[in-house]
Amino acid sequence: MTNSFADFKKAKMIILVGTNMTEAHPVASTFVKDAVLNGAELIVMDPRRTELANMANVHVPLKVGSDVALINALMNVLISENLYDRKYVESCTTGFEELKKKVMEYPPERAAEISGIPADAIRELARRMAAIKPAMLMYTLGITEHICGVNNVMSCANLQMLLGNVGFECGGVNPLRGQNNVQGACDMGALPNVFPGYQRVDNPQAREKFMKAWNVPSLPEKPGMMMPTMMEGLTTGKVKALYVFGENLANTEPDIHHVEHCLQSAEFLVCQDIFPTETTRFAHVLLPAAAWSENDGTFTSSERRVNRVRTASAAPGEAKPNWWIFKELAKRMGQEWTSASAQEIWDNELSVLAPSMAGIKYARLENDGLQWPAPTEDHPGTPTLHRDGKFTGGLGVFKAIDWIPPAEVPDQDYPLVLSTGRRLYHYHTRTQTGRCEGLNDLLSEETADLSAADAADYGIAHGERISVRSRRGEVVVRANVTDAVPPGLVWMAFHFREGCANWLTNPVYDPITQTAEYKACAVQIAKLR
Amino acid sequence: MSSQTFLLDGKETAFVTGQMILEAARAAGTLIPTLCYLKGETPTGACRVCLVEVAGARSLVAACSTPVTAGMEVRTDSERVLKTRKLIIELLLASGTHDCLVCEKNGDCRLQDLAYACGIQTMKFTPRNAGYPVENENPFIVRDFSRCILCGRCVQACNEVVVNRAISFGYRGSASKIVTGGDRPYHESECVFCGQCVEVCPVGALTEKKARWTGRPWETEKIRTTCPYCGVGCQQWLHVKDGRIGKVTAVEDAEPNQGRLCVKGRFGYDFIYSEERLKTPLIREGEGFREASWDEALDLVAAKFKEIIQKDGPDAIAGVSCARSLNEDSYQMQKFFRAVIGTNNIDHCART
Ligand code: SF4
Ligand code: SF4
Ligand code: SF4
Ligand code: FES
Repeated sequence: MTNSFADFKKAKMIILVGTNMTEAHPVASTFVKDAVLNGAELIVMDPRRTELANMANVHVPLKVGSDVALINALMNVLISENLYDRKYVESCTTGFEELKKKVMEYPPERAAEISGIPADAIRELARRMAAIKPAMLMYTLGITEHICGVNNVMSCANLQMLLGNVGFECGGVNPLRGQNNVQGACDMGALPNVFPGYQRVDNPQAREKFMKAWNVPSLPEKPGMMMPTMMEGLTTGKVKALYVFGENLANTEPDIHHVEHCLQSAEFLVCQDIFPTETTRFAHVLLPAAAWSENDGTFTSSERRVNRVRTASAAPGEAKPNWWIFKELAKRMGQEWTSASAQEIWDNELSVLAPSMAGIKYARLENDGLQWPAPTEDHPGTPTLHRDGKFTGGLGVFKAIDWIPPAEVPDQDYPLVLSTGRRLYHYHTRTQTGRCEGLNDLLSEETADLSAADAADYGIAHGERISVRSRRGEVVVRANVTDAVPPGLVWMAFHFREGCANWLTNPVYDPITQTAEYKACAVQIAKLR
Repeated sequence: MSSQTFLLDGKETAFVTGQMILEAARAAGTLIPTLCYLKGETPTGACRVCLVEVAGARSLVAACSTPVTAGMEVRTDSERVLKTRKLIIELLLASGTHDCLVCEKNGDCRLQDLAYACGIQTMKFTPRNAGYPVENENPFIVRDFSRCILCGRCVQACNEVVVNRAISFGYRGSASKIVTGGDRPYHESECVFCGQCVEVCPVGALTEKKARWTGRPWETEKIRTTCPYCGVGCQQWLHVKDGRIGKVTAVEDAEPNQGRLCVKGRFGYDFIYSEERLKTPLIREGEGFREASWDEALDLVAAKFKEIIQKDGPDAIAGVSCARSLNEDSYQMQKFFRAVIGTNNIDHCART
C-alpha cells in the first residue's frame, strides 16, 4: 500500500476495485464503513454486489475481466472532458501522451460493450471521481488474479495518477494483502529475482554485498523459477527436489489434478509444516514446525508495517522454529550461521542488508511497529509513499495498456464464468481455521453462489446439490442462490477440499508475475440426476 | 483552540470549545467514573453513572454528554454526587443477576469495580429475577441477559464502530433487551461474530464462550502479538495462563486496528492446540511415514540435496516459502537456497 489503514476512516472518497473487504479484510472494512458514516463517497467496482457495494454511492457491476477496458474509458472521459489533474500530470508524471493516445481508443461506448456498464454511467462515474480530491483507491485479488494482472494493477495506478491522487494522505493505490506476511515474504527476498529489500540478484554489486555478508565465494546471478515453472519442472525432470514450507499447494493452486501430478512426480519432496495437509501426503520427509504463537519474530502487514510476534505457548513435541530448521540444514551442508534467534537474524543481518529497513530494530518495535522505508534508526517510518507526488523513482510513469479478455471465456459447452475468492469464516485451505472450535459451525461446506435467474434457468433450488464442471474437473456442491451474484456468474471459494474451486480453475498465468487466473474460467452447471 | 477555563472541584481548569465535562476532566487528570461512555463515539447518556453537579443547574448532569462552558463550576465529588452515584450502582446491581463468584467477568467488571469504589456493603434492593434465558447456542459468544445493564455500548459498537448493524434495543420498559433482527440468536442473525460487542461490554452480559474457566484476569498474563490471518496486521492481546491461550482481545488505541478484530482474529486461535499437530520429523516408508529424530531427518535432507546438486546442479532444487510465517523464517529460507544450495529458485505464493 502506498498509504496506511489510518487513512481509511478519514478519507473523502474511496474507490474499491475487486476487493471484498468485509470478508477478506474485515477490520479494514470497518474503517471504510466508518468513512461512509462520516460522509465519504464510496464507489465499488465489482461484478458481485458485496456488502460494501450495498453501502456504496455507486456500485459498478462490471463483467469479470473487463477492468482495463473500463478504466481506460474512465480516463478517456477524464481527458476528453478535461477533468484530470493537469498540473499534477505535468509536474509529477511522464508518459501522458502515450496514455492519451491509447485511452482515446477506448471511448465509453466501446468499454460499455466489454464491461456491460452503460456508456453514460461510465461518463457519470468519471465526473464523480474527478469531483472529490483526494480519493483513495484500494484493490485486492480481483485485480491481480488475471492473466492481465499486472496490466490491471498499472491501470489502477494510471487512474490515480491522472486524478492526481498519489502521494497524499487519504489517497494512493492500495493493494490489501491477503495473507498476514505476503508483504514480508517479498521484502525478505523469498522471490526468484531479488535479495532481501528488493536488491536484484542480477546486479553484481548486490551479489558482492551478499557474498560478503553471507561469507560465500559466489551467489547465483540468474533469476530463478517462479512457482508455476517449478511445478512444471517437476514433471519434466528439470526440478528434482522441491522444498515446500508451509504452503498447501495441492489445494491452493489452480487445477488440482495437475498440481497433484506435479507433486507426485518429485524425486524428493520436503515439507515443513505444522499440520499434515493434502500436500504433505506426497512428501518424502516431513519436518514439524513451531506455529504462530510459539515463536518470536515479525510479520509485515499490507501497510508495510513491521509488527512483533511473540511467544505465548510452547511448540508441541519436537516441533522447532522454522528459522532453526534452515540453520541446522545449512550446518549439515557445511555452513555455520551465527544468528541464533529471530531477533539476531533481524537486527544483525536483515536490517543491515536491506537499506529500506536499516532503521528498524527489535528495540523499536515494542508497540505499534514501524512502516518501512525507515532507512536510519531515528527515522519515524513512512505512512505515505511518494509524498506530494514526488515519486520514489523520480516521476510517476503512465503505461499505455490494451484490454485483453480472460484466457477462457464462456462458450456453448461451458456457458458460465467461474470466479473465486475467500469467505469470512475460513482461511485458505482450513488447515488452521478448520481446527478452531466453532468456525466449522458457522461455515461447514463449500457452495456455488449463483443468481436467481440462472438458478431458475436450470431449475435449481437454493440448497440443492449441483454439479459444477470445467474442462479440468468437476465438483458437487450445494447451490447458494443469492442476489450478490449477477446472471452468468458462478462464485466459489477454496476452503474445503471437497468442492474446492481449484478442481476447476484454469492454470494460466500473468506472463510477468505468473499469478494464476483464479478469477475467470468457464464452467457448466447441472442438476444432479 | 481557545484558552478558556472552568472550575473543576474548585480548581481553575482549561478546556477546548466543544469538549464534554468528562473529557476536559480526564485531560486534567480527574477521573469521573463511566459505564456507557464509548470513547470516540457520540455519548448516549444512558447510565447516569457519570453525574456531576453544576452550579446553578437544578439537577445533576451527565458529564459525558454535557459540554463545558467558560466559567462553569463543576463538582465531581460533592456528597450529592457520591450519594446519587452509589444509588445508581445499587439499582444496577439489583437489576439482574450479579453473582460475581460465578461470573466470567469477575475481576474485570466495571460494575464490580464501581460497587467497590462506592463502598457498597450489602445488596440494598432485592435483585430482579432473570427475565430472559441465557443464549448459549451460538459457537462463540455467551449472551447472559440477566447480567445486562442496558448501557448500550454493544449497540453503539456494532452500529457505529464496526457498522455491522446486527443488534439494537428491543421491547420496552422493564422488558427491554438487546436484540438482533427478529430477536434471534446471534448465529441466525446478521451478526458476523467480530466480537466487538464483547470487547466493549462492561459487565458479564457478553463473554467469550471458549474462554470460560480458562483463567481469572489476575491469573493470566497479557502478551501482545500480531494476528496470523489476513494482511491487515491487527494487534492482539493473548490472555495466557500456564502457557495456554484462553482468549484473544484487541489492543486498544493500537495501529492499525484501534481496538477491533474480526471473527478469525478473535476466535481463530485454538488450532495450535489441535491433536493433529505434527510433533516429530517423519520419513516416508512405503505408503506411510515413520517417526524419525531431527538428526536423522535433517541428515537425510542434506544428503539428498548434496546428491542432487552433484548430479543435476543446484538449479534442480526449488523452494516455496511461506507467506504466513515469520519474516525471519523467509529470510533464512532464501538465504539457504541462495548461499547454501546455490540457486535463485525460491518463491512463495505472493499471489494468493
Ligand atoms: S459480534 Fe460483531 S456483528 Fe455480532 S453483534 Fe457483536 S458487534 Fe455486532
Ligand atoms: S450487553 Fe453489555 S454492553 Fe450491551 S447493553 Fe448489556 S451491559 Fe451494555
Ligand atoms: S483480526 Fe481479522 S482483519 Fe485483523 S488481521 Fe486478523 S484476520 Fe485480518
Ligand atoms: S457514562 Fe455518562 S451517562 Fe453513562
